[in-house]
Amino acid sequence: MLNYAVKRLGLSIAIVSLAMFLLFCMIYLVPGDPASVALGPRATDAMKEALRVKMGLDQPIWVQFWNFFSGAWTGDLGEEVLSGRPVLDVVFEQLPYTLILIAGGITWSVALGIPLGCWAAINRGSFADRLVGILSVAVIAVPSFVVAIYALLIFAVTLQWLPAIGAGEPGDIGDQLVHLILPSLAVGLGWVGYIARMVRASMLEVLEASHIRTARAFGLPDRTITYRYALTIAILPTITLLGVGIGQMLSSAVFAEIVFARPGVGKLVYDAILTRNFPVVTGAVLVTTVIFVLLNLVADLIVGALDPRVRSSF
Amino acid sequence: MSTLSISGLNVFFSTEDGPLHALKDVAFEVPERKIVGIVGESGCGKSTLINAILGLLADNGEVRSGQILFEGSHELTQLSKVEMQNLRGPRISTVFQDPMGALNPVLSVGQQMVNIQYRDDASKAQKAARAVEMLQLVRIPDAESALGRYPHQFSGGMKQRIAIAMALMMEPALLIADEPTTALDATLEVTTIELLKDLQKKIGCSVMFISHHLGVIAELCDDVVVMYAGEVVERGTVRDVFHAPGHPYTRRLLECDPARQTERTRILPTIPGEIPDLRARPQGCVFAARCLQQHLGCDQPQVEQNLGHDHAARCNLADEVSNQEVSA
Repeated sequence: MLNYAVKRLGLSIAIVSLAMFLLFCMIYLVPGDPASVALGPRATDAMKEALRVKMGLDQPIWVQFWNFFSGAWTGDLGEEVLSGRPVLDVVFEQLPYTLILIAGGITWSVALGIPLGCWAAINRGSFADRLVGILSVAVIAVPSFVVAIYALLIFAVTLQWLPAIGAGEPGDIGDQLVHLILPSLAVGLGWVGYIARMVRASMLEVLEASHIRTARAFGLPDRTITYRYALTIAILPTITLLGVGIGQMLSSAVFAEIVFARPGVGKLVYDAILTRNFPVVTGAVLVTTVIFVLLNLVADLIVGALDPRVRSSF
Repeated sequence: MSTLSISGLNVFFSTEDGPLHALKDVAFEVPERKIVGIVGESGCGKSTLINAILGLLADNGEVRSGQILFEGSHELTQLSKVEMQNLRGPRISTVFQDPMGALNPVLSVGQQMVNIQYRDDASKAQKAARAVEMLQLVRIPDAESALGRYPHQFSGGMKQRIAIAMALMMEPALLIADEPTTALDATLEVTTIELLKDLQKKIGCSVMFISHHLGVIAELCDDVVVMYAGEVVERGTVRDVFHAPGHPYTRRLLECDPARQTERTRILPTIPGEIPDLRARPQGCVFAARCLQQHLGCDQPQVEQNLGHDHAARCNLADEVSNQEVSA
């Protein structure tokens, strides 16, 4: 297991490095001079030149890349244009809100998707199965910002059951959870559909396997067969899928944070783009990338922990 | 008293093209402490027979008529789901053909062997000790550490021995072995057969041994049941059936056994043709289309002919044909 974890971690570092390289290329290829953008139209050439030197833009490209790359690995993502605070601090301030939002989205999708998929597979071909199938496609098809807006309109504005905006009183966990319900639903609802379909498909496949026939031939109770013998295997592809899904949830989080006026990395990037605060955009994107890769790593390690075959193949 | 006594068993599957008559008037006995071989080519209904006995027919399958009497007192076709579930495992257990897929890949061997003892009140440690004992009996080296290992860490032969250990752990009255050696190579096949024979003696159970390997049947079994297209075409002791086959199909099958080839040949004998479509069973003999001894009686329903003590063949000509052979 340790061996597997170390190898998987090595792969993650390689992926983050590649992401950094691509990000650097994109910044470099974006038209316009970062110094003149940062200083605005009324800056003099001398001021621009001074900022260029300060930002290291006068150096050859490989030196620039190395500065960016080594800086990023040591946590130096530059400074915010307006206040001069380190970008990393600004991003980390917002990061917990987004991570909690994603965790909420995962909770929704897992808590609804797995039982629904499992139930549909066991009652294959029934009305319930078909209903789950239709609903899955429906929730996958609806974009998360539409879910966010309608959830806000129905539950916060019309019914007034739940708060509409903000992340709740700091320190009041109950209040924060209540504020989390609707945004996390917006982030996770589509994934209820993906997970239900995935669990249903892999559950049907596993239930056909000969080891399930063996389990039945030993007279094990249906419950044991479904939950201990079949679902533990059928869940594995779902965990991998969720690892990838976190990437999409991170982008849904941008909309959810804007619609519900919640603090978070998505809101930070949105505001930073509007104010041309490019170091913050770069830093936030990079931190998000690292989070995504890390959570994928976690998903793979969970699969490794649950599936002895994966463990020993590394 | 027979451990298993099947009579007049008819199993149908409903398909999109109408009902499929998978087992027709199947009748045979598995006497106490005997090993009965079931032989027949693919599609002859061996798997359906096992599933019907175990009460594990697919949703579209149905026992229309007949009896499956277990230990003289349980009529398996009439039992409720729970009653049947309570027999599977402790009283009737099964070893399946595919040792690679027969064990759960994400549970350790120990967990699986402890789980199937869920009906016992014994402690977990006692159940584990029982599992170790069984693994030692099937000669798994280092049985205690084997409990913590997963199926993919064992070879095919070892997995099949583990499956046998699991099946015999609860000392069932009937062991159903569904081609347990087909997926193994020849040397492993011999050791597995010997192991089965030893354990059967030790535990004193009856065995229903399904195989298409005639040599294995001859080696291991007391009685043999020959199946063709969902019908029992011949049954009797191994000696009678192998030495004086009464049904033309049995004779052709024996001729096709490569082990019986005494001369070098480029072409191994086969039985040309295919099993008939079971959705439209022929009125007469099911084997008629492939039979070399066609006769006027072939288009009539075939009646089982008694050929001596506990030896019968479902062919209207069986008497004549075997007599001819004896005189010739």
